[in-house]
Amino acid sequence: MKIEKNVVCTFCGCLCDDITLTIENNNITKVEKACANGRGLFEGYDPHFRAPRVNGKEVAFPEAIKEASNILSSARYPLIYGLSSTSVEAQRISVQLAETIGASIDSTSSVCHGPTGLAMQSVGESTCTLGEIKNRADLLVFWGCNPLVSHSRHFARYSAMPKGRFISEGRKDRKVVVVDVRRSETAKSADLFIQIRQGYDYEVLLAIKALLKGKVLSATEVGGVPTELLQQFVHTMKSCRYGVIFFGMGLTMTKGRDLNVREVFSLVRELNNYTRFSAMPMRGHGNVTGADQVMSWLCGYPFAINFSKGYPRYGPGEFTAVDLLSGREADALLVIASDPVAHFPAEAVRYIENIPSIVIDPVESLTAKIATVYFPTAMYGVDCEGTAYRMDSVPLRLKAPLERQRKSDEEVLEAIFEGVKEC
Amino acid sequence: MLVIKNGRVYDPINGVKGEIRDIYIEGGKIVGKPEHITKDTISIDADGMIVMPGGIDMHAHIAGSKVNMGRKLCPEDHYEHFRVAERGLRSGVGSRVPTTFMTAYRYVEMGYTTVVEAASAPLVTRHTHEELRDMPSVDKAILITMGNNEILMDRISQGKIDEARDIVAWLLKSTGGYGVKVVNPGGVENWKWGGNVESWDDEVRHFDISSRKLINTLVTIVDELKLPHSVHLHGINLGLPGNADTTAEIIKDIPGRLHLCHLQFMSYGRNKKGGLRSDAWTVAEVLNGHPNVTMDVGQIVFGNAVTMTSDGPLEYRIQKMTGHKWCNDDVECETGGGIVPLEYKIKSVSSAVQWITGMELFLLTKDPWQLALTTDHPNAGPFFCYPQVVRLLMDKDYRDHFISLLPPKAFKGSVLRELNREYTLYEIAIITRAAPAKILGLPEKGHLGIGADGDVAVYDPNQFGKRKCLCSFKPCLRALDFPSWVIKGGEIVVRDGVILRDIPGVVYRVNPSYDGLIEDKIREDFERYYTLSFDNYPVQEEYLKDTKGVACQ
Repeated sequence: MKIEKNVVCTFCGCLCDDITLTIENNNITKVEKACANGRGLFEGYDPHFRAPRVNGKEVAFPEAIKEASNILSSARYPLIYGLSSTSVEAQRISVQLAETIGASIDSTSSVCHGPTGLAMQSVGESTCTLGEIKNRADLLVFWGCNPLVSHSRHFARYSAMPKGRFISEGRKDRKVVVVDVRRSETAKSADLFIQIRQGYDYEVLLAIKALLKGKVLSATEVGGVPTELLQQFVHTMKSCRYGVIFFGMGLTMTKGRDLNVREVFSLVRELNNYTRFSAMPMRGHGNVTGADQVMSWLCGYPFAINFSKGYPRYGPGEFTAVDLLSGREADALLVIASDPVAHFPAEAVRYIENIPSIVIDPVESLTAKIATVYFPTAMYGVDCEGTAYRMDSVPLRLKAPLERQRKSDEEVLEAIFEGVKEC
Repeated sequence: MLVIKNGRVYDPINGVKGEIRDIYIEGGKIVGKPEHITKDTISIDADGMIVMPGGIDMHAHIAGSKVNMGRKLCPEDHYEHFRVAERGLRSGVGSRVPTTFMTAYRYVEMGYTTVVEAASAPLVTRHTHEELRDMPSVDKAILITMGNNEILMDRISQGKIDEARDIVAWLLKSTGGYGVKVVNPGGVENWKWGGNVESWDDEVRHFDISSRKLINTLVTIVDELKLPHSVHLHGINLGLPGNADTTAEIIKDIPGRLHLCHLQFMSYGRNKKGGLRSDAWTVAEVLNGHPNVTMDVGQIVFGNAVTMTSDGPLEYRIQKMTGHKWCNDDVECETGGGIVPLEYKIKSVSSAVQWITGMELFLLTKDPWQLALTTDHPNAGPFFCYPQVVRLLMDKDYRDHFISLLPPKAFKGSVLRELNREYTLYEIAIITRAAPAKILGLPEKGHLGIGADGDVAVYDPNQFGKRKCLCSFKPCLRALDFPSWVIKGGEIVVRDGVILRDIPGVVYRVNPSYDGLIEDKIREDFERYYTLSFDNYPVQEEYLKDTKGVACQ
């Protein structure tokens, strides 16, 4: 039996790094400190060897690599997608592979916080690391996100609860405001809940900005919120010492998308004329932030990249996975640690079934089930080492508490990279 | 063995001033003339060419958290500037904030083989190392920001200087860093409450310590640790009218070795209306009397730039002034950061004043060994414009032409028009090679003596300015650009201005000694104030595989 301490959990963008695991016979028998989501990642994880499959049949690794390499090198417009639940090391090779075969490469950002990237590119982003929130923030605004369910330890470790250098009383020293279209779990624990009508985030944000600038609104309510309440909210924001707006897919994937986020960033910028304020997207997958980082340093752009001309070109809406698949453009698909069949629009999913696909994933996802070639791999941070970036872009080293019996994503990608060069 | 024959060699550290010499390289190092030339010796005919050690950029922002945020922030910067993946070389994009491979290739294409990333917060230095791994063919080093580190400030304000010293050493070791960077000491901490510091005696809020006490203590600590490079200081009031006074004050006051980075931004006077004018005169005069202080210029290059710095309040001010897009990033317990893209316009009086200030610093600083050429890339302009700056320094006619393009108002109080000094090639070799190597304390760099690294740039003077610069600035003329040969660690990486191959580079680091008990003393603070475990904080060995230690002596 061995006890592994300070293990990083890669379930969500929080990357909590204080997990204790008890390991017996290369199995995790006890998980401490993790939330329910995190426990699910570790508990019952089976590291056993599983053979890769081609057309549903188990084959030897070199054979699977050969098939995968053939698919990719004979494709005219291949797409590499996923990347948010794998290590930086695997992401780097994915980019190099895309460059070599002239593929499009896109991360799950494009169906998540991609619009946040677009908003950032238009107005910038005033942000901070999570520790600044722990140490300073006396006002937390959660907009269109539900961390008590999706990022269960966010409150306890980083935002609402912890005591910090300048927040001696923890939760008592902070005010929590939730803005959402429904009374979520998070809203129930807020000091103030502002319920807005679905689809009205943009209007409400504009109204808040107008009020902040001292404009008088003739409307008595905006998006279902009384103007008076908005005025009170503006006062709360202006008079705090250090405020933060966390936002989620309630803003990025609803009507307005990047325009919503752009208003959040503009609002925060404006608030810095009165006090200190930051904004932070609640990034979902464990290393989706790492995918943004790697693609930015290698390609100059965070997602939606195409290499068909031999250098990276940027095209959200054009080189994004849903668009390349729904538009029936991609003619081969390589998926790394993601499940588009489960999450993409029906049109895109139907098309995936019609093109050759390769899936590299520790989990046998719906996409893996229909893949031409499937590589069952080790899970980063469980039986595979690597690097991951937290939602605030702080990088962490992932350990491998379990002994590895399957190939890592990185190894499979390296082999495919060598394979396509030989084709 | 590789021999570079009959070149005009400029090697200031060894006093070689353009004499015709042969340079021999074996095993990656410069060696003496062998008794027998073996058959497999590669010979480069450098007849009529200029031979210099590989260039050293001692202050640039090339990799890490803030730089990558800048890349992501400016897609418009990338569209027109790209490089196709070919001949085993990687693709890339960008001009002001190029991608990692592109950055490496642009440096090598210019004959530069060593670059220092000038600011990395300890918390995110793992990231910096990750990017440097994707920046081949140049050697690198990372300066670690410590000027607003709360755990350090606690100790300094409590008078526990021994512990503070141990923490500085521990931070360098646990980040794989090379030197101590200080940015707006105390000002960035105050910015986290919306404030700043304006004088060296301003207090850091909640820490009962002045900016002066902070910088002086760090300078003393760095000297006591015998670090190869002094404290690397971005002072207070950057960019503000009248800051020449605060700069002169700290040069006179400082109790040890000090390097002032991008001094141009720190050398302004105040005109009658309260606006910017050059006061390089005051700063250069003080500098000339203080050989313990060195500087790099941070010369403005007209055209597009991206300001990016750990000086959070400064970037806030720039966005207020320009209205441009703005990033801010407060880093827990350690530092901050900000980014604003902007353009230095030749018709703008304030841009012109900044340009004049830089030029005056170059021309008024008497000892070239105190000075390094930089543009604080990408803050004052991109590094690939260094050849333009070299030309301006060497060619008075070109400089005069340039001066004639600037708004006359910008010259109020300036002495630039009266300065006839032209840099010699030997002096250029000092400010781009020898001086930065000396200032950084890298004994194997910046010269061509026996035992030096085999990093050599061979330039054909007939080719100067023949190839078009990347910048869209019409009056751009260049010197020392696109070398005919670049040799890195004894391998030919560039021929006729074209990159042949990638080779790995190293990252220099220091390992100063400290009392190991310090880890127990700070562990509790870490667990209380940081958001990651103390044991997960230091940069793991996996990221330091390509590092090379430099002794502290």
